[in-house]
Amino acid sequence: MSTFATDLTLDELKAEADRLFSRKRLINFGLPALVLVYLTYVFFAFDVPGLAGRANWENGKTLVADSYSYKTHIERDNRTGEVSAAIEGERKGAYPEGQAPDWVALGETTVIDLKDGHIVRFGPETVEYDIPGYGTVRATPTRSAGVQAELPAGDVPDWINVSKNRMAITTDAGRLTVTRNRSEVFRYFNGWELFFFTLDSPYYGKSFPQLMGLAANGEAGAILNDFWTNKMWRHQDVAWAIFETILMAFLGTLGAGMVALPLAFLATRNFNPLRSVRFLTRRVFDFVRGVDALIWTVVLARAFGPGPLTGALAILVTDTGTFGKIFSEALENVDQKQIEGVQSTGANAPQRYRFGVIPQVTPVLLSQLLYFLESNTRSATVIGAITGGGIGLLLTQAIITQKDWEEVAYYIVLIILMVMLMDWFSGWLRRRLIQGETKSKRVKTKTT
Amino acid sequence: MTDLTAGSLTVDQIRADYTEMTRRKRVYGGILLIVFVALMAAGFRTADDRNAGSFADGWHRIFDYPAEVLSEAWEKIDALPANLVKFFPALVETINIAAASTLIGTIAGTFLALMSTRGMALWPALIPLFRRIADICRAIPEIVIALVLIFILGGGPVPAMIAIAIHTAGALGKLFSEVNENASLKPVEGLASVGAKWSQRMYLGVIPQVGPNYVSYALLRFEINIRASAILGFVGAGGLGYELRNSMSWGQGKYDQAAAIFLLLFVTIVVVDQISGHLRDRLTHGSEKGARA
Repeated sequence: MSTFATDLTLDELKAEADRLFSRKRLINFGLPALVLVYLTYVFFAFDVPGLAGRANWENGKTLVADSYSYKTHIERDNRTGEVSAAIEGERKGAYPEGQAPDWVALGETTVIDLKDGHIVRFGPETVEYDIPGYGTVRATPTRSAGVQAELPAGDVPDWINVSKNRMAITTDAGRLTVTRNRSEVFRYFNGWELFFFTLDSPYYGKSFPQLMGLAANGEAGAILNDFWTNKMWRHQDVAWAIFETILMAFLGTLGAGMVALPLAFLATRNFNPLRSVRFLTRRVFDFVRGVDALIWTVVLARAFGPGPLTGALAILVTDTGTFGKIFSEALENVDQKQIEGVQSTGANAPQRYRFGVIPQVTPVLLSQLLYFLESNTRSATVIGAITGGGIGLLLTQAIITQKDWEEVAYYIVLIILMVMLMDWFSGWLRRRLIQGETKSKRVKTKTT
Repeated sequence: MTDLTAGSLTVDQIRADYTEMTRRKRVYGGILLIVFVALMAAGFRTADDRNAGSFADGWHRIFDYPAEVLSEAWEKIDALPANLVKFFPALVETINIAAASTLIGTIAGTFLALMSTRGMALWPALIPLFRRIADICRAIPEIVIALVLIFILGGGPVPAMIAIAIHTAGALGKLFSEVNENASLKPVEGLASVGAKWSQRMYLGVIPQVGPNYVSYALLRFEINIRASAILGFVGAGGLGYELRNSMSWGQGKYDQAAAIFLLLFVTIVVVDQISGHLRDRLTHGSEKGARA
């Protein structure tokens, strides 16, 4: 606060105002400039200009395309002449022998109809690809001479890649690869195929009303079982993983609350007269909080191995420190009058705590616990990715394979829904349990 | 609810009503407690079953690993200063990730908050949209974005920075919009009446009112982000976490380095917590001192 003398002349007042203005201007423009300078420093310290060179945009494209589409592989073993079809080329998504999607006509010459007039023929000897607007490409794979390709006259376009042992054609309709041993066609479709049922289930390809009809005829159990044990999308494992993640958050948060509450009494001035104990407890809180969940996870994973228990304990230990700090602050702020009132009725010490102290701090305790429950659902996902448990583990596994991006997208959606659900749930419970909680009070409580 | 018009109630009736009420309360409380204990016990058993090692087998081994690390580090205590110097750049990187993402997140969060507050939004019709954007940004755990970005951009600090910034923007967007709702709209109207543009109304009319609260929340977020950037380093996003994983995965022989990293991380977290706690106390001193739980 600056004070103004009242007996100043007009010029002095003007100078005073000018100084004030220039100071404000300095802050108003200096602060953003400082932020800008720092961000520029970080820009170069993190080598953002070099990032464009290191980044693999091809990866990004596959990732985005794969997250909403899938491809069906039609493959011919060039030695035996056998043709097989599989979704994403995985064994779990393979069609039974002798069967293929309806755009593939199996036979001595297998005809594969990619859309818009693109047709691939796997002949007994030669593979042909009719490309509208370009012509027909022929390739004859032999063991001795590699792949002999015949292209229409003219320059080879850049979407055709021909070498002695390999020919690859990428068009909008699909992709054909011919090597000495294999001829392979990919056709792309939108959507998440096999999400409900895999090909070996009798319910694959049935419409929803049909399924409802079958369910009404007593097949509901079988239908649910086929969905639940879907090998491609593993609904059962995913449901367990989400449950594990929420379990970690639940056990960790409430366990920390239970451990921290009695310890918090030891750290308060009004309940614990022993200064050394108070000091010690507070340093313990600071220590477990400062060591951080990452290090606790690493240490505990050595003792208990990967799994939800390790994650729950890591959250428990870290949050004991945080809760201890918050709870002891709340306990130091309790109103002594209420305790004295209870004492005046002849209450002993446990009764004083039960009826004089606990009712005063319950709203703070509960709202903090519920806030942390939501934030720890997120932490449990992260800890699961490090120590191996819950949906975090499934996500890292799916990312490490670098091809199941549709599953990655699925897990991300599930994680977001899970966190939002926990957020809504904890908010709902908080409003139900703490009726008196007002909006302005909520603003001032700390959240992570 | 007691019936206030009932003057005819005798003391006995009142007492009976009261004991009945307390008994009912006690029964409900007891049932809740039993359900809670059962949930905790069942949850613990499930977690224990699904864990690789059980609690009963492992609890006495908790301190084996720290002891191993510390004893090896103690043997090579003279290497400690060298190690601290060696990993100092990694520490700077971790702090930079946290600071840059907090700054970017604060700027984006301010924007989201202004866009989703009634009376301040540039396009009032889009308020629900910006609220949902903030909700989604807040719900995504940092690691999800970081892992996906590491795949595209390669390892390093940038994926971690972007991931933390997105989450920070969402989290701060929500807190800031709650602060905004308590701000007075009169300066905004005054500025509008002299023909100020939207950006001028916000920068000169709103930000000065909410600035201290914003800074206080941003500092709290910085504390959280230091931890987050260490964790993300562990999955390959650079900084101290990355060095920690490397020195640990080598197993024995590099524990002196691991101990140095532990120490750096611990000291950094404690120092940042202390400084930011002190600053936040000063910012909120007076206006909020009593209300703080």
